[in-house]
Amino acid sequence: MRFALSAEQRQFAESLTGLLSAADVATVARRWAGGEHEPGLKLWRRLAEVGVTALAVPEHRDGLGAGAVELVVAFERLGYHGVPGPWTDTAAALPALLDDELLAGVAAGETLASLRWDPHVPHALDADVADTRIAVDGTDLRVFTPGRSLSGVDGSRRLFEAVPGDVIASCPDPGRAFDQAALATAAQLLGAGRWLLDRSVDYARQRVQYGRTIGEFQAVKHLLADVATRLELAGPLVYGAAVALDAGGDVPRDVSAARVAAADAAYLAARTGLQVHGAIGYTAEHPLGLWLAKVRALTGTWGTQAFHRSRVLTALRAGSVR
Amino acid sequence: MDLDLDEHARAFRAEVRDWLAEHVPGTPLPSFDTAEGFARHREWEALLADARLSAVAWPEEYGGRDASLLEWVLFEEEYYAAGAPGRVNQNGLFMLAPTLFSHGTAEQRRRVLPPMARGEQVWAQAWSEPDAGSDIAALRSTATRTDGGWLLSGQKTWSSRAAFADRAFGLFRSDPDSERHRGLTYVMVDLRAEGVRVRPIAQLDGEPGFAEIFLDEVYVPDADVIGEPGDGWRVAMTTANNERGLSLRSPGRFLAAAARLVDLWRREEAADPALAGRVADAWIGARAYQLYTYGTVTRLAEGAELGPESSVNKLFWSQLDVALHETALDLLGPSAELRGPWLDGWLFALAGPIYGGTDQIQRNTVAERLLGLPRGPR
Repeated sequence: MRFALSAEQRQFAESLTGLLSAADVATVARRWAGGEHEPGLKLWRRLAEVGVTALAVPEHRDGLGAGAVELVVAFERLGYHGVPGPWTDTAAALPALLDDELLAGVAAGETLASLRWDPHVPHALDADVADTRIAVDGTDLRVFTPGRSLSGVDGSRRLFEAVPGDVIASCPDPGRAFDQAALATAAQLLGAGRWLLDRSVDYARQRVQYGRTIGEFQAVKHLLADVATRLELAGPLVYGAAVALDAGGDVPRDVSAARVAAADAAYLAARTGLQVHGAIGYTAEHPLGLWLAKVRALTGTWGTQAFHRSRVLTALRAGSVR
Repeated sequence: MDLDLDEHARAFRAEVRDWLAEHVPGTPLPSFDTAEGFARHREWEALLADARLSAVAWPEEYGGRDASLLEWVLFEEEYYAAGAPGRVNQNGLFMLAPTLFSHGTAEQRRRVLPPMARGEQVWAQAWSEPDAGSDIAALRSTATRTDGGWLLSGQKTWSSRAAFADRAFGLFRSDPDSERHRGLTYVMVDLRAEGVRVRPIAQLDGEPGFAEIFLDEVYVPDADVIGEPGDGWRVAMTTANNERGLSLRSPGRFLAAAARLVDLWRREEAADPALAGRVADAWIGARAYQLYTYGTVTRLAEGAELGPESSVNKLFWSQLDVALHETALDLLGPSAELRGPWLDGWLFALAGPIYGGTDQIQRNTVAERLLGLPRGPR
């Protein structure tokens, strides 16, 4: 057993960190929220160049056919940096939903997909910019037409009503696609939680009140220590679920456990981050609110916490305890 | 990245599973904090040792079988899943032994470890004093130089297992002019020696799991000092990291408790459905701790050392244990107040956030040493 990232996987994460740290993603996300897609699409293509969109695409569709662990590495970085766009739909779900030549476009970073998936994803993400729009209806895959745009807590998640049309294909077992999307969401939540913790620690080290940095106060330290603990323990669940997807295991149980823990930890990081920042964190001028909103939005999509807890319980009731 | 077991680990796990299935007592032993239970648990330790299963990670020459850290974690998973008796000698096995491996002499290891593995010598810990709890560096018990050794005087308290144990280990101030962390010496002491008086203290469950130890010029030979005199703080930190970290409360314990909680939830059909989410969270927490530990084991196997992340460990399991047992009691409803394994488990879990450094001390450690926040007043 070696339960740690390989040198290549660590290197991949570091290269994404380097690329995204230099990309001023907060500005890209704000412009994306305003309907100005070009900077975000440019970033999409740069990430495609280093392989992010090709990870889950099979090799015979010009993809990398990489494992779920690599997918988690990438989505954790996307979540950390708050990258906008229909990443989960396009790079995590779609490649497992159908085996079609359009996946070559996904791998190349030219095709963006938006999915509706009742009842978990009733609103289609970035359906205006996506060129592939699919509503999953049991085992039927239908095209959908974007309807009214909806205003959400995270402005960089541009949501649309989706009006399903004709059946274009069928997917006998959409479970894998759903689990990859739920796991990618968990990874983004883990990354977003880590960003919130890092920025809160930075802030607590420099903000001075009562003549000392607020990070000296135990009341502040203990809040942040609890966040660190929850994130540290959520991470292995997320990677453990990726191993289950790659090598076999109780996939629904492990993906849902990861999603529950990652969302709870990220939400604690968001609430704590806001409290540590105080009023500045409550402004639209400060980036904290972008991540706070993203965490709240991701917590409800690709399965609610209640849905994922119920999937864990279903597995446990059936005796899948060890 | 994988969670696969190699053939050796699988064979080891199967052997442990089979042995436990055959030997674990059908009815639980009485609490080891009673005279009868203590004796019964001592016999159990001897049985384990006969199968070389009492300290699997130790070298063979001391009664172990050179098991890897991963195999030790697997042993623990099997041990708790089988409902095997609590380890009466856990202070020795999981705190003193790692300290001896890091800082002891070969002579000390040869003399102390084999009887520890067989349960012939059961160890108590002697850290806290009436005025030194979380602030252990405030301790005042003294070690005074004498011919060929030291004379120990003072008072230790909240000393787990001391009511019935044979020997104890702890820190003593050997330099009367020293302050705080300096001038302390790590000593092993015979609790039957002249000048030792032990006063048992009943815990919340009514049994004497604690004791006070009064020492009046108790002689210990130089051979029972671990590390250099005056260097006790550094030596003790090994113990502290082991207690907080991997060894004292391994994932097996919580995985087994979570599995029993799931069984209870399946049986208690009348229980409030709102409790189901907490059952899920308890199992998720135990699984998280298992996978986190596999990650730690991987890092340690690749040469890393256990540092402040042992405080992350302790913070997590101490709270998991309380939440898990609270959920069980809530499932039991009005019967929860009756004596039984869940009530005993809950009382035991309540101590977790206190011993081995309180959760508040652990949060300071995580904040300062892992997150890099500035040290401030306590």
